[in-house]
Amino acid sequence: MSEPILKLDGIHKTFKKGRDVTIPVLQDISVNVNRLEILCLVGESGCGKTTLGKLMTGLLKPSSGKVYFEGKDVDKLRGSEFKRYRRAVQIIHQDPYASLNPAHTISNTLSFPLLRHKMVRSQSQARERAAELLSMVDLTPVGDIIDKYPHQLSGGQRQRVSIARAMTTEPELIIADEAVSMVDVSIRIGLLKMLLSLRTEMNMTIVFITHDLALAKYLAWYGRIAVMYLGRIVEIGRTQDVVMNPQHPYTRVLLSAIPEADPERTRQKEHIQLRSEDIPRLTELPPGCAFHPRCPWYVPGVCDTTIPRLSNAPDMPSDAQVACIPLTRGEELAFYDA
Amino acid sequence: MAEQDVILEVDDISIVYQAERGDVRATNNVSLKLHKGEALALIGESGSGKTTLSLGLIRMLPSNARITSGKVMYTRDGKTRNVLDLSPGDLRYFRWHDCAMVFQGAQNAFNPVLRIRQQFMDTARSHGINDEQKVKARTLELFKLVRLDPERVYESYPHELSGGMKQRTLLALGVLLDPQVVILDEPTTALDILTQRAIIDVLNEMQQKLNFSIIFISHDLALAAEMADRVATMYAGQIVEIGPVNDIFYRPLHPYTLGLLRSVPRLDRGQEDLISIPGEPPDLISPPTGCKFHPRCQFASDKCRTDAPPLVEYAPRHFAACWHTDQVIAERDATLGAAPTFSGETPNV
Repeated sequence: MSEPILKLDGIHKTFKKGRDVTIPVLQDISVNVNRLEILCLVGESGCGKTTLGKLMTGLLKPSSGKVYFEGKDVDKLRGSEFKRYRRAVQIIHQDPYASLNPAHTISNTLSFPLLRHKMVRSQSQARERAAELLSMVDLTPVGDIIDKYPHQLSGGQRQRVSIARAMTTEPELIIADEAVSMVDVSIRIGLLKMLLSLRTEMNMTIVFITHDLALAKYLAWYGRIAVMYLGRIVEIGRTQDVVMNPQHPYTRVLLSAIPEADPERTRQKEHIQLRSEDIPRLTELPPGCAFHPRCPWYVPGVCDTTIPRLSNAPDMPSDAQVACIPLTRGEELAFYDA
Repeated sequence: MAEQDVILEVDDISIVYQAERGDVRATNNVSLKLHKGEALALIGESGSGKTTLSLGLIRMLPSNARITSGKVMYTRDGKTRNVLDLSPGDLRYFRWHDCAMVFQGAQNAFNPVLRIRQQFMDTARSHGINDEQKVKARTLELFKLVRLDPERVYESYPHELSGGMKQRTLLALGVLLDPQVVILDEPTTALDILTQRAIIDVLNEMQQKLNFSIIFISHDLALAAEMADRVATMYAGQIVEIGPVNDIFYRPLHPYTLGLLRSVPRLDRGQEDLISIPGEPPDLISPPTGCKFHPRCQFASDKCRTDAPPLVEYAPRHFAACWHTDQVIAERDATLGAAPTFSGETPNV
């Protein structure tokens, strides 16, 4: 396989709260983003998926560990190499109401990165290119949109502008952070389809961050999913394997808990009961596996003492990994009976 | 379901907001019946009028809103009254005793400087119940029902509770005075999947034990599929389809409902071809003529552009407002039931 476009190696990220409290937001994250793939980061709020996306984009620096772009340490990139990284990796933020500057017209919003990265030579060229980008994201007729301000557009239209803005630098990797969660159901799929066709057209790699497993499944059917829990990746593998045959206890519980838009099916679905509904705080993480106090398959003396590493388990496809000691030892999971 | 079971009957209600740009017709000629012990889901996108409608039912609309027509007939113990005619005193009793509403965003519903116990007492007291022991007993019993540690939560401040615990506390507060109707606005939005699951389970249990009726507002089709007995699809301020949950999900008759169903990714299917509804929801200040959905509808004809279709009963208790249900049925049978690549294969959970 060719070199991954982005490689994260042993990433830790902590945030300080006040003087004494350190919050470990990400711990020991190693993951490759392969060229042209779609990788979904899935998890509940507080699992660190957005922080991870920002680290990939270079908007945050890891506390320790390295991010490699095309094999080069991002922290050591200088001059034209750094600019190239910045151009090649773009992010689409979640909230189109907050991520567009209300004081700039759409034309300005799109022209700025075009000029900054010298994608065009003049204001008039920038405007031309902005118009092209707007028609690429189906905001037509372009003349009706280009001189408007964000507040004159609907949420769906704004998110299209955000996508167009990310396209200005002709990126190779797009980090889409909950890019459709703020728009209505009926137009969500339209946005995703547009993103997918842009990807084909422009040979892009996509990292899609979402809390919605069904959406991840739809988008990355031929891609991969990484499931995150409390700052760590607990399972990673091909989407079809993760969704149809989840391995990590957390992934299993999550999939069993999701209501589905099919009355008979969703009512017959068996829900796996957690041992505890409380999510531990990041500042008071339990010892061993962070999921053990809630895990229905908890193994005393193992799960509460040793932190599990992501590795392949005997029953898994060779390209998949899970962070669960009983599984990686090849043991059958058995319900814990206190 | 027998007519005498009807506890809330909304008849031809219209609600208008006065805005600078003109009148926003947020809810138009909506009629529906709510039966005893039933869960009715109002689904639709933002701006479809579902929250406005439910605020109208308890007369909690903001001051720039007017109810321009209609009645809300409420029945308790064989007596039927129009909620819109209630005196201020009667209205005060109606709210919470008869009909409680749990708003979106439980995080902000509690007063941060009062203990939970005080907030429950305040609610009871302001509705004329002063027996502290009785209120405490009822509160603790409800906490048990919503699977909270009763004594601990009773003495807590809101900030000591997690989001899911607050939402459950709020549900308990909602049913404190034993209402017949509980309106839930997006009860699980903004909650994590596992917390959401706990809330759904708790709600189902509560409803079975206390036998109240639920109107819940959601844009989440999966939640409606799981919790509702009947589902009403709202579009541009109108109910465009209403019927038993299985009819709506397996045999939809309105192109908008069909469009929603086809745009939701499903976990139980392999690679799917989802289809989004073209266009965007209409501006309710100058809505389209005829059927309000026609600019986005693949079946739209000249008739749709001029004449608004009435809600017609096509199957028992299953109503839809569309001139071309025959075409919707043909399309639905061709696409909705289309065998997915991995049909029948379920996640090995």
